[in-house]
Amino acid sequence: MIRIENVCKRYPGGHDALNGLSLHVEKGEMVFVTGHSGAGKSTLLRLIALIDRPTSGHVIVDGQDTRRVTRRKIPAYRRQIGMVFQDHKLLYDRPVFDNVALPLVIAGLTHREAGRKVRAALDQVSLLSKEKQSPETLSSGEQQRVGIARAIVSRPKVLIADEPTGNLDPDLSLEVMRIFRRFNEVGVTLLIASHDIALIDQLGCRRIALADGSLAVEKEEDPVAEYVERLEAENMRDTWQP
Amino acid sequence: MSAWAIRHISTAVAALGRLSRQPFASLMTVLVIGVTLALPAAMHLVVKNAQIISASWDNALDFSVYLRTDVTLEDAQRLVDIVGQRADIESVTLISAADALEEFREQSGFGEALDHLSVNPLPHTLVVRPGAANTEISIGLLNEELGNLPEADFVQVDTEWVRRFHAILNILERAIAIGTTLLAAAIIVIIGNTIRLDIQNRREEIEVTKLIGASNAFVRRPFLYIGVWYGLGGGLLALALVGYGLYALEEPVLRLSGLYSSPFVAVTLDLKESLIIAGSGVTLGLVGSWLAAARHMRRIEPR
Ligand SMILES: Nc1ncnc2c1ncn2[C@@H]1O[C@H](COP(=O)(O)OP(=O)(O)OP(=O)(O)O)[C@@H](O)[C@H]1O
Ligand SMILES: [Mg+2]
Repeated sequence: MIRIENVCKRYPGGHDALNGLSLHVEKGEMVFVTGHSGAGKSTLLRLIALIDRPTSGHVIVDGQDTRRVTRRKIPAYRRQIGMVFQDHKLLYDRPVFDNVALPLVIAGLTHREAGRKVRAALDQVSLLSKEKQSPETLSSGEQQRVGIARAIVSRPKVLIADEPTGNLDPDLSLEVMRIFRRFNEVGVTLLIASHDIALIDQLGCRRIALADGSLAVEKEEDPVAEYVERLEAENMRDTWQP
Repeated sequence: MSAWAIRHISTAVAALGRLSRQPFASLMTVLVIGVTLALPAAMHLVVKNAQIISASWDNALDFSVYLRTDVTLEDAQRLVDIVGQRADIESVTLISAADALEEFREQSGFGEALDHLSVNPLPHTLVVRPGAANTEISIGLLNEELGNLPEADFVQVDTEWVRRFHAILNILERAIAIGTTLLAAAIIVIIGNTIRLDIQNRREEIEVTKLIGASNAFVRRPFLYIGVWYGLGGGLLALALVGYGLYALEEPVLRLSGLYSSPFVAVTLDLKESLIIAGSGVTLGLVGSWLAAARHMRRIEPR
């Protein structure tokens, strides 16, 4: 469903955020991307959402190579993908209902036509009772769930989420993950960037670890890398002068 | 109603709602546009009324062709027939020297003194009234041709100033056209600038909307409607201002035309002109907001 082929992303300034990354997320899979800060998780998701384009390599989503998606076609492309953001990215000048309805309105539905789908989406995140409230009056976890409802309201086949639980306490995080799990059970392909290894392990999903823009070698499987890393750390300690 | 129409109506209503949430700022913008539109509209009305008034003076635009004193009454009579056949002339009347003297005697009060004159010093005179189809230029030519008649001594147009007045009105009309163009450009700039600020203030909203798949046309639409509302509001306000101005002037104008014992009533904007003013408000609003959106919207992309 999501195929990353030998992708490099060099930001202006010369930093390589992704470095020949290749990975594949099967249809109906729920996969987590982990890695240290600056590993390139957000960059990867940005390339999938076509917020940015790869410097080289291919990003193929549901059979579409993003290289072929011209500027004019980006909106239609994005409408096929649900996106959840760490900072929710809600519109605070309108009630929850309107926020969730937005993707449908963009797709050309009237508010009334959107109503049933919006309520179904809000029901799935247990926020049906808050549809008339302004997002400002909601807790962070509730806002995140509104963001999720908005991402799934048009029933995308693919959902990507960048640290969706970054600001939430463990209980709320687990709840959000359970919601994702339920979407996955009805066939949605999910790719989620997260730091929360304990939570991921609890869910038992596949995990892709990034390090410095490429797939990380799992440490327990590579004692040499671990050894080198330790040597480097010691080396740094020795040369570090206050 | 089609879904398309419903979408547009709801966008338009939403744009109006957004404006009404900042009533003061919105009204200021509408006020500026209204006054700017009212200016050329009022000037146009002034000229239009002046043209109506001066049209009634066109009757006064007669030529007096004074014939040489050696032209006999019979020759003068023949000349009347010849000149009267011209297509560009409505009528020719002959005032014989005797009639002229008689008239002068009655009006001047020199009756006694005139009796002592042995010869009539006055010439025969043709009063030529040009046809209504004449233009400034053809009137000028006619003047020249009448002067070149062998029998003519000289031609006098007492009402030269009417033509000057027409010329001035024409210049004024053109000046108003130029001024209107400039003011239209000013309105586009005003609306464009207001929309630009609005776009900047809603930058985040635009980014988010684009992020979840909105096209440029979709994010642009509310701003276009805001521009249209500004323009329509300005146009209607301009009509109200002009209407009020006429109302305020009605009494003095009546008093003035009473002094002239003329039945002049100032004409107001007719339906077509009113529609043009409101329509240009809407058009300028649309153009201004379109330009602003085209310039500033494209650059806002999700990061
Ligand atoms: N717009 C940008 N311009 C230049 N460099 C960037 C830009 N965005 C990201 N980077 C760099 O690219 C690298 C990868 O960034 P990215 O945001 O993908 O990391 P991340 O894995 O999401 O980290 P975090 O866990 O902190 O969110 C970082 O070193 C970052 O400094
Ligand atoms: Mg990140």
